[in-house]
This record gives sequence, structure tokens and C-alpha cells, in this order.
Amino acid sequence: MTTTHNSEEHFLNISRIDMEFPTPSGSFTALKDVDIQIKQGEFISLIGHSGCGKSTVLNIVAGIHQATKGGVLLKNKEVNEPGPERAVVFQNHSLLPWLTSYQNVELAVDQVFRKTMTKAEKKDWIEHNLKLVHMDHAMHKRPDEISGGMKQRVGIARALAMQPEVLLMDEPFGALDALTRAHMQDSLMEIQKELNNTVIMITHDVDEAVLLSDRIVMMTNGPEATIGEILEVNLPHPRNRLALAENPEYNRLRSAVLKFLYEKQRKVEVIPTTTTAEEDQEKTPNVA
Amino acid sequence: MSLTTATINRLTVNEKIMKTLKGVLNTVSNALLLPAVGIAIFLALWSITAQSIHTSLGEFPGPNAVVKQFSTLYDEHIAERKKAEAFYERQEKRNAKKLEKNPDAVVKIRAYTGKETFVDQIFTSLVTVTSGFLVAAIIAIPLGIWMGLSAKLNSAMNPIVQIFKPVSPLAWLPLVTMVVSALYVSDDPLVSKSFLTSLITVSLCSLWPMVINTSIGVSSIDSDLLNVSKVLRLPTLTHIKKIVLPASVPMIFTGMRLSFGVAWMVLIAAEMLAQNPGLGKFVWDEFQNGSSNSLARIMAAVIVIGFIGFLLDRIMLMLQRKVSWDKSSATV
Ligand SMILES: Nc1ncnc2c1ncn2[C@@H]1O[C@H](COP(=O)(O)OP(=O)(O)OP(=O)(O)O)[C@@H](O)[C@H]1O
Ligand SMILES: [Mg+2]
Repeated sequence: MTTTHNSEEHFLNISRIDMEFPTPSGSFTALKDVDIQIKQGEFISLIGHSGCGKSTVLNIVAGIHQATKGGVLLKNKEVNEPGPERAVVFQNHSLLPWLTSYQNVELAVDQVFRKTMTKAEKKDWIEHNLKLVHMDHAMHKRPDEISGGMKQRVGIARALAMQPEVLLMDEPFGALDALTRAHMQDSLMEIQKELNNTVIMITHDVDEAVLLSDRIVMMTNGPEATIGEILEVNLPHPRNRLALAENPEYNRLRSAVLKFLYEKQRKVEVIPTTTTAEEDQEKTPNVA
Repeated sequence: MSLTTATINRLTVNEKIMKTLKGVLNTVSNALLLPAVGIAIFLALWSITAQSIHTSLGEFPGPNAVVKQFSTLYDEHIAERKKAEAFYERQEKRNAKKLEKNPDAVVKIRAYTGKETFVDQIFTSLVTVTSGFLVAAIIAIPLGIWMGLSAKLNSAMNPIVQIFKPVSPLAWLPLVTMVVSALYVSDDPLVSKSFLTSLITVSLCSLWPMVINTSIGVSSIDSDLLNVSKVLRLPTLTHIKKIVLPASVPMIFTGMRLSFGVAWMVLIAAEMLAQNPGLGKFVWDEFQNGSSNSLARIMAAVIVIGFIGFLLDRIMLMLQRKVSWDKSSATV
């Protein structure tokens, strides 16, 4: 990498990564030559069939996994361990069940701002972030006392409260019903307008990808999954889901993604009786 | 119009009352009636079979004989207490007199060394089991956490745990007794040797369920929660305090309850075999005694042992409900 700081073009540089997992039957190449450059403030969606390696990409950027080849550079610094500047919203919220919403966010704030904020400032900051996701009314409830959508929102508040340079979201709304999901997407757009975060979001939902992203990164099927196509989404902000439904550009983008998924990367359904170790791990695709 | 709605309202109210009444009746019958029926049947069967069992110490005691022994045992305890009081009174008077004559005299205060009553033995056993259990917990929980965190330590410790877990207390006892007599030599011992022997035997046997359950609890923490901790870069101690401990509290308590049960069973056996003071010794003494009341007194001890075991488990359960966030795991 050059030493000159070129933050506009190479804020986050995912540079030619390969990922091999050791398995009992030899090593399994999940990713091959995945290469994406992301600008500051950009919203990227990762889309692809189940088991292609989306979570693996995200986990490498998060530092939870280490790529076997290539690497990730954030502001020209190599990423090799997890850290709060790359906050993750996990697929199934992963709130600590013994803590209230407030305390869950507090755990993150206490750690990230332990030296820079006073107690009162921390409290304000926690409450501010919970307000941002409209969860201030249930601050002192524990995860088992709130709904799935609310849990996911607290998870997002926790990630935002770390003031991350990159926000990584692994199917944040995957487990939600359509109405709640639409509501959460609107909230996310609202927050994004205000904070202008750099975001990588994994999704299975084509509409969600087009609605939220600046670019949609479409991945080929594994093994040796890589980037198939990258689609620029030049729809003006703010985006309104009802208005977009009749927008020809929106529909063009939407069908481009669908074509990629169902024509170019058609998933061959596996007959369960002949499953091998690899095929076993594949779930059925649930593309909306 | 209003009249009909009023009747309908009254009807539904009546129905509601009937429903709640039924509910209450159901709970009462489940919580009180059925257990009472169970106990009654057990008592009946016991007294019938007892009559037809003849031992060298006479007829096997039925419920009546045991109840009688309970009151005898209590009376004996009261009598013994009175004796002790009288002893101390006399000693005090004697000492006071001595001091009157010569203010510089050195007075001796001797402890009363009467026979330990049934109640004393219960008390001794309770103190021993609690101490032994606490010692085991202080060792087992940190060890279990460490094993759960480190796969390497877990692999290293696993064979040892698996081999020592099934060892009967009776096998440990001679070893512990000899080691304690060899190593615990002091002119002014803080606790008696027999207490220490019982305590160590109890600890040795009740260690393992806690070690195993704690390490399983820690090693099976959801990887997502561990990733949360990694992303936050929590320091090790904070990680243990904020994530590992609360996440494994339900399993730690499961281990503690199992261990307390084991500890209580082991203690009675150890006391019997080693003649260490406690309920086990009471049973053994009565057996050796061989009077016509002995069997009834042993039966009384058996009931008390069972009852205390049950109570100890209930106390642990209450503690778990208080401490653990996961109420669903704190069930009977
Ligand atoms: N720790 C691991 N060991 C071995 N193989 C793994 C491991 N993690 C992932 N894989 C494999 O790598 C491939 C990609 O997995 P990944 O979880 O990234 O898929 P995904 O695109 O996120 O799928 P989904 O949409 O279902 O979440 C899969 O074939 C999976 O079996
Ligand atoms: Mg995934």
C-alpha cells in the first residue's frame, strides 16, 4: 500500500482476500480473491445465496476471522483483530440477556469512552443512542421483555454508541416480519442521513438492498466465492419506498439483482439424501 | 337493554369466579392434597410392613415408635442442656469464691464435656457439610471457569476429573485421616482433627460436579456473546466479570446443587466410618448400642437426614432464583 493517505477512495480497502477453513476432509476455500474498495460514508450491501461466504467477509473485516491471503486496510492500517472502531450488529442481536437495554449499551460505552467521558456524559450518550433507535421508552427492560425488532434496535444502538468508523451489519433485519422490517429500514435511513456512517450490510432481501445502498456487491456461489458484480445505486436521497415502487430506475436495479441471483448464480437445489459435508452446511436460500 | 347487559355481565362475572375457584382448587390439590395423600399411603404401608419384620433388636419401628423417639431425643437434648448450664453455674461460683479469697488467683474455665445429643449432632453435621461445600466451591468454580476458558487446560484436566469423580468417599477416608494426622499437628488446634477429616473428604467428593458443570457452562457460552466482548476489546478480568460469569451462572448453580447433594450424602457416610461427630456417628452409635429403641432412633435420624438434604437443596434453589438472571433454569 502507498503511504499517502487517500481516505476518499480507500477508506476501507478489502484487498484480494482468500479464506480457507480447515475441515476434517481437507481445507475448504470459502472465499477467493474478494476485492472491494469502500469510500467513507458509503453504504454497501452484500447479497448472495446462503452459504456463499457473506458472513465470512464481514467477520474478516470485523477482525473475528483472519484471511488466509490478502488483507483488510482501514485508513491504511491493517486490520488483524476485532475492535470497537468496526462495530458489528450481529445476525441475532446478541444482546446480553442478563442486562437491560440501557446496560447493554452501557457496556459498550463504558469500554470505548472509559477515558474520554465523564459519568454524566456517558449517561447522556447512552440515552441519546437509544433515542436514535426509538428505544428510550424501554431502556430498562431486559431482552426477554422486548420484541425481536426492539432487540435488533438495541443492538444497532449499541453499535452506533461505539461511534465506529465502519458499521458492520449481518442480516440485521433477517429475523423480522415484513412490517417491522420496513419500519427498521426507515429508521436506519434516518440515522444514516444524520450520522453518515460507512456501512457494510449483509442482506437476503433484494428490495432492502436497493432501498438502502449506494452500491450492491453481489457474490457468486461458493466454494471459492468471489464478487460477481457490483451495482451502483444512484437513486436520490431521501428514498421513499412507495414512490420508488413506480420509479423505472429502481425497478431496473431490482431486476438486475434478481437476474444475477436467479439466472447467473442459480442455486442448484441439493437432494437431501446425497448430502456431503459441504452441502450439509448450506441452508435453503430465502431470498425475498 | 341495560337489564340484559347487566345479567350478561353478572353471568360472565360468575363464570370468572367459577374459573378462578377451579384454578385455586387445582393448585391446592396439586400443592397440598396430593402430596398429603402420598405421605398417608406411605405411612400406612410402612406401619403394616414394619409389624411383620422382626429383627434381633425387636420389631422394626413403625411411624408411632419413630415419633415417640423424636420426642425422647428432644427431651434428652433439653436435659443435657440443663446439665451443662448447671455445670457452668457451679464453675462460675467456684471461681468467684476463689477470686474472693485471693484476687490474684488464676481461675480455670473448663468446657462442659457431656454426651453430644441428637440436636448437637445435627448442628455439627450442618456446619461440616457447609464448610466442606464452601471449600470445594472456592476451589471448583475458579478452576471450572479457567478450564472453560482454556481448551488446553481442559484437555489436561479432563482425565483427572473423570477418574476422581466416581471415587467413593469411603475410599478417600483412610487416606485423608492419615494425612490429616500426619500434617495437622498443632498444640492449639483451631478445629478438631475429625472435623478437618470430614471436611476434606466432603470437599474431595463434592468438587467434581461443580468443576464439570462450571467448565461446561463457560465453554458453551454463545460465540456471538464472545464476539461482542472481542469487538469491545474487553480486558480479561472485565470479560470474565461481565460476560463469562453471568452467562454461566445457571450452569454453575446446577453444579452447586448437585455438589451440595453429594456433600451431604458423603458426610453421613464419612462420619459413620470415621466415628467423626455428626449425624453419621449418631447412627453408628445407635447401631452399636443395640437397645430396643435403637432402630427407631436410627429411623428418626434417617428422616432428619432426608429432610435436611431436601432443605439444603431448596436453599440453593432460592439462592439461584435470587442471583441468576435465567429464571427458567432455576426449577425443581
Ligand atoms: N468456521 C468454519 N469452518 C469451516 N467452514 C466454514 C466456517 N465458517 C463458514 N464456513 C463455510 O464457509 C462458507 C461460507 O459461510 P458463511 O457463513 O460466510 O455464509 P453466508 O453467506 O453468510 O451464509 P448465510 O446467508 O446462510 O448466513 C459456507 O460453506 C460455510 O460452510
Ligand atoms: Mg451469514
